[in-house]
Amino acid sequence: MTTVDLSSKLSPVRRTKDTVFRTLLTLSVLSALGFIFGIIYSLWNDSKFLLSWDIVTNFPSFDPNAAGFQSPIFGSIWVVSVAALVALPIGILTALYLEEFSPKKSRFISILELNIQNLAGVPAVVFGMIGLAFIARGPMSWGFTVGSAALVLAMMILPVVIIVSRESIRAVPPSYKEGALALGATQWQAVRRLVLPSSIPGTATGSILAVSRAMGESAPLLLLGALAFVTFNPDGLDSQYTVLPLAIFKYSIDSREEFHYIAAAGSLILVAILFTLNLIAILLRDYTTRKNRV
Amino acid sequence: MAQVQYESRARVSLAPSSDLRKKIFIQRVAVSIMRFAALISVLITVGIVVSLVPATMDLLREIGGQLFGITWAPLFEPPSFGLLPLVTGTFIIVSIAMIIAIPVGLAAAMFLSDYATFNVRRVVKPILEILAGIPTVVLGLFGLYVVNPGLVEKYWPIGEPVGYTALGAGLMTGVLVVPIVASVADDALSAVPRAMREAAYALGATRREVATKVVFNAGLSGVVAALILAFARAFGETTVALMVAGSNPRLSANPGDGMQTMASFIGFAGIGDQEVGSTGYKTIFLVGTLLFVITLIFNIVGNRVIAKYREAYE
Repeated sequence: MTTVDLSSKLSPVRRTKDTVFRTLLTLSVLSALGFIFGIIYSLWNDSKFLLSWDIVTNFPSFDPNAAGFQSPIFGSIWVVSVAALVALPIGILTALYLEEFSPKKSRFISILELNIQNLAGVPAVVFGMIGLAFIARGPMSWGFTVGSAALVLAMMILPVVIIVSRESIRAVPPSYKEGALALGATQWQAVRRLVLPSSIPGTATGSILAVSRAMGESAPLLLLGALAFVTFNPDGLDSQYTVLPLAIFKYSIDSREEFHYIAAAGSLILVAILFTLNLIAILLRDYTTRKNRV
Repeated sequence: MAQVQYESRARVSLAPSSDLRKKIFIQRVAVSIMRFAALISVLITVGIVVSLVPATMDLLREIGGQLFGITWAPLFEPPSFGLLPLVTGTFIIVSIAMIIAIPVGLAAAMFLSDYATFNVRRVVKPILEILAGIPTVVLGLFGLYVVNPGLVEKYWPIGEPVGYTALGAGLMTGVLVVPIVASVADDALSAVPRAMREAAYALGATRREVATKVVFNAGLSGVVAALILAFARAFGETTVALMVAGSNPRLSANPGDGMQTMASFIGFAGIGDQEVGSTGYKTIFLVGTLLFVITLIFNIVGNRVIAKYREAYE
């Protein structure tokens, strides 16, 4: 068999245009990568003299030599864990309902689907407002506590959890369920014993991404008192709190320059936590796609 | 399952056994729990509307026509409620963000859909996800202390930018929405049927010609949707605008100046812990209503466009 190289017949103008275009596209992808490295380098460069365990274990302080992030880190862990404990079960149950048990083509279901889609696009700060009106103040009057912050973040990530769980449930081969149904299992048995376990890796990937979004989010908590100066770790849902992103915010708007470097160090800690979470999610997804293809 | 018909003379009873009846009961309970969970997302939307509307209506009744003034100072005495500075501030920052995000995001999408091999895709997609995962407060810090002094103050030709700038905020917001444009547009371009590409190649088109003239046109509606969703995201961004553009609602057309956006006003006023029912408190909800309604419209339009092209190709 002979192959003919047709590229020599291409006019030089078209070939040049193609090369230029390919270069431009590659450059813009590289610029995204360059930006990530640039921002991390700049954070590291501003805070390298501060990087030691002290910055992690110290509490917030008005003295730049003693300031650190212990209570914000514990606050973030508390708030985000509680938010995940609330949002994940509700989200996964909703996804199961929509994928496996809902009557198709009912008006209620299409309203529900539209609602979830639009909820995912609501600006984060708006969730802070509903939290302010109903949870921190108003009917629940829970105040500026770990619990109210967690509920607000749970509402914010709920649509994301639903959407990713639905996708991973849909990706489970229908033959699993059909086999079980043919052997006399009820729909619920088939779903609980086969569909749900098979969808766990996909749901986990999406949930980790949702949780890391909650961990990096700052806007809604601005309205819920997270900018407070808190020098103790939370010890329960009613505890006052601050979170890592808001502590960074607070240090970075301080008028003294020393605190801006502490903000950079805090950013590095936050970015390190989020990158780790992202990496776990990406590896998990890689593992599942490879497993599913076999 | 429970309505199995059986004849009285049949030797084998097809009536559900007690074991099956128990299983059916468990399923019913499970389904009602799931239905309740599904209802919660609707309740959240209702909650948002119920929290926004009364305070907004209250304030509108008090101040009415003042919204069309040119000074925004709702927390001062006497207050002034002219929305124009927030509208221009938002518009300028979002426009700058889109000027960054459109070329870079679309280039990344085209690269992913028509240039990258499977393995390159496997590297580039996570890079974009990591970019999307950089917290807004970190982008704000970078914008405030690196982009503003290092870039805007040095090179912006108009006026003398100092400290807070809308340009810096716009650039950082642009970085924030690049991954949204890239991933939604990539979905749209990758959904263009392979046959269309192959037909164009068979006619002698080069890769660039296929990507820009065939695939891009065929996936245009999805590309538009990507831009609409990115716009909505930029519009609602709070922390970046608050940190980099500051909180002075100045009426200006110069991106070198500090400005306030609708979203960053909410964040700024929220920090002050406004007393429930006070004018400041109601103003947060008034601006929040505007933000919510505008992003909702853009999201509905964007998602509808996506649903349309999916229908066309599936």
